[in-house]
Amino acid sequence: MDWNFIIFSVVKIAIVIGVVQGMVAYAVLAERKISAWIQDRVGPNRAAPPFVKAIPGLGPFMIRLGLFQPLADGLKFMLKEDFTPAGVRKVYFWLAPAIAVIPSMLVIAVIPFGSQLGHQQMVIANLNVGILYTFGIVSLGVYGIVLAGYAANSKYPFLGGIRSSAQMISYEISMGMSVIPVFLIVGNLNLNQIIGWQAQHGWLVLYSPLSFIIFLVAAFAETNRLPFDLPEAETELVGGYHTEYSSMKFALFFLGEYSNMIASAGIMVTLFFGGWTLPFWGLGHPATTLVAGIAHILVFVVKMLLFMVLFIWVRWMFPRFRYDQLMDLGWRKFVPLALVNILVTAVVLWMMS
Amino acid sequence: MIVNRKPLTFWEKLYLPAIVGGFKVTIRHALRSLFGGKTVTMEYPEQKWAVPPDYRGAPYLVKDQDGNTKCVSCQLCEFVCPPKAIKIIPPGPAGQSADRSNAEKMPQEFEINMLRCIFCGLCQEVCPEEAIFLQKDYSLTGLSREEMIYDKEKLLALGGIHGGIQKWKQKLEEAKEQETFPVKV
Repeated sequence: MDWNFIIFSVVKIAIVIGVVQGMVAYAVLAERKISAWIQDRVGPNRAAPPFVKAIPGLGPFMIRLGLFQPLADGLKFMLKEDFTPAGVRKVYFWLAPAIAVIPSMLVIAVIPFGSQLGHQQMVIANLNVGILYTFGIVSLGVYGIVLAGYAANSKYPFLGGIRSSAQMISYEISMGMSVIPVFLIVGNLNLNQIIGWQAQHGWLVLYSPLSFIIFLVAAFAETNRLPFDLPEAETELVGGYHTEYSSMKFALFFLGEYSNMIASAGIMVTLFFGGWTLPFWGLGHPATTLVAGIAHILVFVVKMLLFMVLFIWVRWMFPRFRYDQLMDLGWRKFVPLALVNILVTAVVLWMMS
Repeated sequence: MIVNRKPLTFWEKLYLPAIVGGFKVTIRHALRSLFGGKTVTMEYPEQKWAVPPDYRGAPYLVKDQDGNTKCVSCQLCEFVCPPKAIKIIPPGPAGQSADRSNAEKMPQEFEINMLRCIFCGLCQEVCPEEAIFLQKDYSLTGLSREEMIYDKEKLLALGGIHGGIQKWKQKLEEAKEQETFPVKV
């Protein structure tokens, strides 16, 4: 056993989990702020520890941006009463939030978030079957929601759970099929190799835009974001699958949802937008210096944040899909489209070879 | 009523016009509220709404133009108060007399429980001395239930001097008018 490998892996895992948790907290803030701006509101602009106001200039500006709101939110979640309603199925009720969070954290393990720092590759697990692993883990995510709906022993969470199981299973199919052309073009499942190919030949979104569009829409459906937020549709199902949850258990569902968003943003960046590479400024090849390594990580994070903004933004563009429209879009539009996409890509590649 | 559903055109089925429309509307609003500062939010403790003139806020006791207590402890408001929020202790036979010459007495204690008060305005309507008015305060807060029971001093201090309606001054002028004959009204 290589001790070096273990130590560096543990450090990377700790850092990545910490960063993702922080990003989740600030994604919630970003969601609230961007939503507020789109709706002509101000958004959170109050919460701050008392000494911040004393900082001249910067302090009031930071408070105005609500930068301390996530801290207050986190504290609130910690301190709230963790209430277990009578009549819930206790074991599943406790299990569901954990199952909702763990897959979204596991997915992040295979995403290369940078090239190299020193001799360390900036990916937790450099798997040869990277994307297959991702799809395998992502499909576990539905169990958290279904279990939550079932365990609550209440009709609204139950309906939310049923909806989510149908929705997530349907869209997994088109999601999985949408990326096959990518692998036909690259000829490799390893995410690092895919990024390397993109650094040489250009971003895959240019080669297979239809794949990207299907993957994007399916990612929205998989993460239960609007316009596909049927599992938690507040206006119809009170709160959906997490209606009966409170305190930290509720926070875990939140964490799961937002880490899912982060993970799918990361996967989209990796698969279609060149991951940590940029075609200019000499950032197209693995870093040899420390500065270039950090620059690669920053490039990846910025690309990911742009996708996060898109996730939040789209929320206010569309009304929620009706259940039958959702199924129609998934099965009768995207599955055939993805199949045609695979066929056309295969034929073109065959003609060219 | 039957609404005919028009079948969607090919473009509409692609959701593209809807996407472009949603994009335009959202970015317009976002930019306007972010850089134009045109938000609909009223930031409450700093900005306050203009209270309409006949707003029914918290009932306070008022003083007359000379700074004397107007209330004569008739207890009509106590009797009419639907939630029984008002409690008056009259001065009694040996009690303190009124601090103005044209009244016999004033309350020894006058309490309004602001947690009970429903801001109906019946006390103001029933008061023969025009001594209690629903004023414009709408944010009454306190740290305990006891704190929310306002006593006479607090009510008088909050009510202030109500110079507008000077009932006894008018009565005096009316009386003076009646000295001469024929009475001018």
